[in-house]
Amino acid sequence: MPNALRIVQRNALVYRRTWRGNVLMTVVQPVLVLSAMGLGVGALVDRGGAALPGNVPYLVFLAPGLLAATCMQTASFESSFPISGKMTWQKNYHAIAGTPMRIVDIVAGELAWVALRLLAVAVAFTAALFAFGAARTPLVLAAVPAAILTGLAFSAPIMAFAATLKNGGNFNALFRFIITPLFLFSGVYFPVTRLPEWLQRAAPWTPLYHGVELTRGLVLHTLTWPSVAVHLAYLLVMCGIGTVAAVWTFSGKLRA
Amino acid sequence: MPSASGPLVLARALRKTFGSFTAVDGIDFEVRPGEAFGFLGPNGAGKTSTMRMIACASPVTSGELRVFGRDPRTEASAIKARLGVVPQADNLDAELTVRENLLMYARYFDIPQQVARDRAEELLAFVQLAERRDSQVETLSGGMKRRLTIARALVNEPELILLDEPTTGLDPQARHLIWERLYRLKRQGTTLLLTTHYMDEAEQLCDRLLVMDKGRIVAAGSPRELIARYVTREVLEVRMSDEVRAANAGRLATLGTHLEHLPERLQFYADDGEQVLAQIHQMGLPVERALVRRATLEDVFLRLTGRTLID
Repeated sequence: MPNALRIVQRNALVYRRTWRGNVLMTVVQPVLVLSAMGLGVGALVDRGGAALPGNVPYLVFLAPGLLAATCMQTASFESSFPISGKMTWQKNYHAIAGTPMRIVDIVAGELAWVALRLLAVAVAFTAALFAFGAARTPLVLAAVPAAILTGLAFSAPIMAFAATLKNGGNFNALFRFIITPLFLFSGVYFPVTRLPEWLQRAAPWTPLYHGVELTRGLVLHTLTWPSVAVHLAYLLVMCGIGTVAAVWTFSGKLRA
Repeated sequence: MPSASGPLVLARALRKTFGSFTAVDGIDFEVRPGEAFGFLGPNGAGKTSTMRMIACASPVTSGELRVFGRDPRTEASAIKARLGVVPQADNLDAELTVRENLLMYARYFDIPQQVARDRAEELLAFVQLAERRDSQVETLSGGMKRRLTIARALVNEPELILLDEPTTGLDPQARHLIWERLYRLKRQGTTLLLTTHYMDEAEQLCDRLLVMDKGRIVAAGSPRELIARYVTREVLEVRMSDEVRAANAGRLATLGTHLEHLPERLQFYADDGEQVLAQIHQMGLPVERALVRRATLEDVFLRLTGRTLID
């Protein structure tokens, strides 16, 4: 594990120079969406007497789901271009593989770095919820680890994929055809029960659905323990398989 | 137990295949402490594959390989801790400055921060980049990048440095500076293992050479020995028209000790090149251009394989 921290250290060194632009994207943007959707759209929804789980105001419903989805988006981005860059374009990993660092150290280090980034996003987001008055109990804090796990479940397999790419073109397909649809139809903005029957049935097979349900359920206290277990298991298995796959694709590139 | 005085690298029937392609075809060699050892050969000879196996970056297909007496398959981290690697293509961290590249690389070796700082300063001075310590890597010239890569390879005070074509693509001035630095390292007792397809580089730096072609070793020895064994003291290069060459092939073949036909010239190997040239003039053959020069490793390679090193 200490070896993996070297990767975190390296990324932090780079981040020191670029964090301003980055913070703007990862923190300010969700807060803007939260204000527009939560307060603006929320006012209309709440007036319409919509039945949301737990009978909460729309902002309170939206926030945890949006947090999970934001973590998915941040994790996906951080695990795509930067990883391909270091593997294929700059060949940094080849240089690191020439030192006593092992390939598992590199993969674990990159995942730890993503987790750290997600922690910052989740903390900023939760602070915003308190500011908006949308966080009424300390249970909101349970959303932080749940959202980080959601992000990591995406991070690991995308890293595995990123290590195999020769150019960035395939990432556009990933974001256009996977990440964006998941963002829209996993119950972030509205309960999946509003979806057509077949999409409702498909939802439990998709990963963000579990991240959103888990995060929101913990915050609103609307979950049963068996369903917590199912959501956790789905995300943990995805994260585990993704990590094994990443070690495998990294090895394929670095030890040929 | 790995012995202290044994060879740093030992290869026996070492092979590397990629699918049906054989990159290294059963080679034997030893690298001894303190020597500068070179692999000379054209692109595709198997030099880089051999280096990558030694660097534990590529699994051995078959045969035996020991680095510091250890097995790269099972003791890669222990081997890498004592190696310095200068790859063919620079893979510096473009998001870090010159100095940060050295500091961060030292961290990968678990070198304490204070030691790393001192060593980075020494190494920046050694490769003449002290003034550029805070520059971004992209702003460096090719020669500077290569020097930084060499400094990076020295950060763990390695006993053996692997250099894969250390000066390929650099201008003559940059090459000479790098040769001079490598020569200093050698004098300090560091063992150098390098690949090159430049015979002048091999002659400048290497005590001992393996000439490789198509995954095999075709000759071994010091540059001087190889020249003495495979070629003559001098080489006469002659250009003449194709018609003259074709019409007099038989007569020309009797001159000197050996004649090599190249597309654009004839090469006569002889201890006295001027004498052969005089004989050609006596035959009354029209010569377009003639040059007598010392024999080089390039000629050794040509003599052994019938091809030139840089194609």
